[in-house]
Amino acid sequence: MSQADLTMEGHSSALMAGPPFAIPTKKLAMWLFIIADTMTFSACLVAYGFLRNATPDWPRPFHSIVNVAVMTFILLTSSLTMFLGVRTARIGDKAGAFRWTMITALAGIGFAFLHIREWLGLIGEGMTLFKNPWGTGLFGSAFFSVTGLHITHVIAGVIALIVVALRYKRGRYNADDIEIVGLYWHFVDLVWMFVVPFVYLLNLAH
Amino acid sequence: MAIAAEQRREGIGKYLVVYLCLLALAGLQFLIAYQDITASQMFRRMLSVAVVEAGVAVMFFMHLWSEKRGLLLFVIIFTIFVLLSMQFGWSDSFRLTHCGGYCS
Repeated sequence: MSQADLTMEGHSSALMAGPPFAIPTKKLAMWLFIIADTMTFSACLVAYGFLRNATPDWPRPFHSIVNVAVMTFILLTSSLTMFLGVRTARIGDKAGAFRWTMITALAGIGFAFLHIREWLGLIGEGMTLFKNPWGTGLFGSAFFSVTGLHITHVIAGVIALIVVALRYKRGRYNADDIEIVGLYWHFVDLVWMFVVPFVYLLNLAH
Repeated sequence: MAIAAEQRREGIGKYLVVYLCLLALAGLQFLIAYQDITASQMFRRMLSVAVVEAGVAVMFFMHLWSEKRGLLLFVIIFTIFVLLSMQFGWSDSFRLTHCGGYCS
């Protein structure tokens, strides 16, 4: 074996010593995705804030906080059930992990149902992407873009939760996969913590 | 196995407290919405609460606190840097508000 081969071997073994930050590669990939998605949502919210700040007749169409409060409660509770799913998976309780993950998915479906019902209510009141009865037409496009991006993430999360839970139950996935889909679900909840105050609560009709 | 034993020992008490804190913070945002203050004050207060809420969720529910310090620093520093870099356009939105879009 030549000196060059030895050097190459030394380099590659150093490179393959372990994954970065000593966490599984799949988990690191999910963290990178979360960082990237944070930028996407932040850009949407900054654009929304820019439009709201620069538009004098910004509408305040929300008369009740009941619906958004219930949606927030459901999503926060689903984070707890997701945590319980990850915890039971780590302990090795397969049935428990499956049950909690499916409960989380059900909560996501409930959230999506309430969200779509709210959308239909606003559309029924005459709100579209480009006009609404209360003020600037920009409101509709901004509102539907921000909340639409979020509900897309929720629906994708529900599908991912169901697929991962079923595959975990059949033994094809392990506790790490439940944890990774859990990270995504917590992120979806985290985004909602910013959407609620800026898109709903700052636009309450007092 | 070590992780499983640690999870069993830890219990869920701490995480129930985290969940209740998150509910309380979310409730606080709803209370702020009904305060008799200006929109900019309301925005600042709600943003502060949302940042605390997100921090609690990331550290405890997403277990960032118990990950390697390198990952924690990477996520926080990188994210904050890019988020701050996005704020360059606000002055222009104030220009549009105060000049009706006709100022140069």
